[in-house]
Amino acid sequence: MGRRSALAFGAAIGTLLGIGLYGRLFRRGHRIDLYFEDGSMVSIAGNTPEAAVVIPYAREALRAAQ
Amino acid sequence: MAVAEKALAELADISSQVREAVLFDGDGKVLASTLPAERAEGFAAAAKLLWEQAEVVRDQDAAKLTQLEAATHDGSVFVVREAEQSLAAVTSPEPTAGLVFYDLRSALRSAGEKPTKRRAPAKKTTPKAKPSGSS
Repeated sequence: MGRRSALAFGAAIGTLLGIGLYGRLFRRGHRIDLYFEDGSMVSIAGNTPEAAVVIPYAREALRAAQ
Repeated sequence: MAVAEKALAELADISSQVREAVLFDGDGKVLASTLPAERAEGFAAAAKLLWEQAEVVRDQDAAKLTQLEAATHDGSVFVVREAEQSLAAVTSPEPTAGLVFYDLRSALRSAGEKPTKRRAPAKKTTPKAKPSGSS
């Protein structure tokens, strides 16, 4: 009985750690989403040169609002 | 309370994701904000620059930019524009973008509405008392 409980406890801890690691690894990073008048949308990933231009202004806006 | 300030107060009430918001005109002049004046000016200036940079990086053939979200690990910045007025807001990381845009656009429209004039209540007319003793 004690061994079963220990196994279940270990499995629960492992699951929680796995979820945390997954979330950390696959969390969406920086990005810019632009929406246009015609209904189209462009998403610029954070690792592109375009985003590198815009993201500092977003950080500045966040800093100013805090 | 002015219409724009009322719209932002309502936005702060209904949106659990919006932390702070500022309404500004085409020149970056603050019209209303949930922040104190000095911080509101800084936020409006940064949001205006963010919008201008986004317009620079977009495809030149693309249609007119109407709204944007800049997502970072520390939070997201949203800017929506209608006519000459822009509403910028900051949220916590990974917000529900669709809901935030909906709330911001509703607030921006409310802020642009002209205050409705209320009609003064009709005056009660009291019937003239008949002179007593008349036959």
